[in-house]
Amino acid sequence: MKYKYDPKRIREVLGKKVQFLLGDMACVYGGLLAGCSFFGGYPITPASEVAEGMARRLPRVGGTYIQMEDEIGSMAAVIGAAWGGAKSMTATSGPGFSLMMENYGFAAMTETPCVIVNVQRTGPSTGQPTLGAQGDMMQVRWGTHGDFEALALAPSTVQECMDFTIEAFNLSEKYRNPACVMTDGEVGHLRERIIIPDEKDLKIIDRVTATIDKEKYIPFTNSQTRKSKVPDFATFGTGYRTYVTGLTHNEKGFPATDKQPDHERLVKRITTKITDDADKLVMVEQLNLDDADVAFVTYGATARPAESAMEMGRKNGIKVGLLRLKIVWPFPDKLVTNLAKDVDKIIVPEMNLGQMVHPVREFAENHCEVISAPKIGGEMHLPMELYKYLEGK
Amino acid sequence: MVEIKTADELNKKFLREGMWPTIFCNGCGHGVVLEYTFWALEELGLDMDKVIFASGIGCSSRLPGYINADGLHTTHGRAIAFATGIKAANPDFHVIIFTGDGDCAGIGGNHFIHAARRNIDMTVIMINNFIYGMTGGQLAPTAPLGSIATTAPYGNIEHPFDISNLACALGANYVARWGVSHPYQPIKSIKEGLEKRGFSLLEFLAPCPTAYGRRNKLGDIKKHWAWYDDNTILIEDYEKIMKYGTEEEKAQVKDKIQLGVFQDIQKPGFFESYEKLVDRLREKETKAKEGKK
Ligand SMILES: Cc1ncc(C[n+]2csc(CCOP(=O)(O)OP(=O)(O)O)c2C)c(N)n1
Ligand code: SF4
Ligand SMILES: [Mg+2]
Repeated sequence: MKYKYDPKRIREVLGKKVQFLLGDMACVYGGLLAGCSFFGGYPITPASEVAEGMARRLPRVGGTYIQMEDEIGSMAAVIGAAWGGAKSMTATSGPGFSLMMENYGFAAMTETPCVIVNVQRTGPSTGQPTLGAQGDMMQVRWGTHGDFEALALAPSTVQECMDFTIEAFNLSEKYRNPACVMTDGEVGHLRERIIIPDEKDLKIIDRVTATIDKEKYIPFTNSQTRKSKVPDFATFGTGYRTYVTGLTHNEKGFPATDKQPDHERLVKRITTKITDDADKLVMVEQLNLDDADVAFVTYGATARPAESAMEMGRKNGIKVGLLRLKIVWPFPDKLVTNLAKDVDKIIVPEMNLGQMVHPVREFAENHCEVISAPKIGGEMHLPMELYKYLEGK
Repeated sequence: MVEIKTADELNKKFLREGMWPTIFCNGCGHGVVLEYTFWALEELGLDMDKVIFASGIGCSSRLPGYINADGLHTTHGRAIAFATGIKAANPDFHVIIFTGDGDCAGIGGNHFIHAARRNIDMTVIMINNFIYGMTGGQLAPTAPLGSIATTAPYGNIEHPFDISNLACALGANYVARWGVSHPYQPIKSIKEGLEKRGFSLLEFLAPCPTAYGRRNKLGDIKKHWAWYDDNTILIEDYEKIMKYGTEEEKAQVKDKIQLGVFQDIQKPGFFESYEKLVDRLREKETKAKEGKK
């Protein structure tokens, strides 16, 4: 199947502009709108609906769906498809995410754009398959071996499941790095109203493809056509005859495994191509922070009860605000440092035993108190439970 | 008519500049398989811009690096799954996978099984040297009973994996196994595999003098080659003996490794079927639209 991106056709397949939709299905919509033409996946609760939605729709827009034999294979096929010239994605949950880790690192090392949706459930191990959690927030950042940079977004609503999947594709295309949508069983299985953008309102970023003369093309170096550390992308079949390896490689892509400078040059480039843009990669929502003494720093599903707790606090005269991270990785370090200077206390509610609280604490730099507000077991925080943190318990 | 080229001319055409010398030891069989692949590609006259190579990890998996073509050197055992994605993105590609016995029959077995079952259009070239060569000679799933490996120092007690047999059972469209001492059949089989739609497996028995030969009293490459002659038999001969031979003759060939073309069928390949599915959906939709008018 030769796929051709046709947003008009995609809109036709998706149907009405306003829909009452499942979070997982919104990820399907986002992927299709972004131009995803390959999905390789393996069923797992609570992410299976993404695969099911893709299996139904991809053939109708000219894309390919394959149910792979496991998540290792899914991630592999997704990377292969990207090198074959497609935009590609997969979706999974904890156990599958763990299986993907080796090839997730391969994608980072080989600068392969692709998207992983992780509908998080509780862990470790098989945990509570149907119940949501935020337990993989550090795994997405550090879960594969070696040094790399993660790109990860955390949606709080069904609308954001769609919007952030599009955004994940955009980031992954722009930086030639895997990008993850870190949703969870709560948001993934939530039904909410969403508005689907019209063709003309779609903001889609595509990879910069190689155009330079074939003899002059260098596959793993700064762009040869603009100022960027992201190389121009010569996907397979375009005549550039690129060799791609997960081994440490030189600029030509050839293995260069025994000298320190080769490794440092490569890994510094593939990490700083993202960290250099840290300021551009801040995507947050800030509520009531102007006069706040205390702030929630939150993301994903947990932002919902945190916002309710904030409203309760405000009604009772507590000067509380909220910072919601939409892009979680790269972490908005400067923003958090500045916030810590302005408030006395930061509360970090999470559906884990405390993960994102660590970078918050690191970048608060002791300017204020940082408190973890964990809850595990597949139940969301109640607003009242979080409100208690405002009163100092 | 194809013009017959010399080995030098072939190498000039197909080898990637700048990747020389290879990592291969003297007497290693991997280079021979590469040369046979070049012959097959040359004879088929394929557009090398559309021939894409993938491999896993191992000495054998280093082969795509030496070819002047697109190549994806992936993770250990996963090349076939990567290649599934490459092919899905562009079914016009000819996708060739180089893999080893460890890479394909060991860690990657599950991907192999399912790609063969789905009949994904790809050509898998598995070089079986009975050993994990790259990591220094640990036990491979294809190792003959009694053979020595660093992790089977007292002799292998596991039954060896017959990967060609497995591929046949899975319904692969083309399955052949050859040694590498004679060029004609291997080249012919690579060509046939490449021309096939659907899944094809080419298994080559090739020596690893360094990690296998030395430990198994076959360090001398001549002895190594002789071992293949003594321990293999053509399928046709095997079947003849099993049918008409004496008990003594049967006992002699019973444990030999059979060589030849095991399977040559034409089940629809995955992408052929997928395209039909897409067409079916389109027709249905067009009809529904017309019905509304
Ligand atoms: C996940 C993983 N496990 C282990 C290894 C180490 N390793 C590298 S090559 C190899 C064996 C390769 O054997 P084979 O495929 O037979 O190739 P050969 O070197 O014999 O050609 C192993 C175990 C690895 N690279 N990755
Ligand atoms: S170790 Fe064996 S397989 Fe590897 S290059 Fe040497 S001879 Fe070949
Ligand atoms: Mg081997």
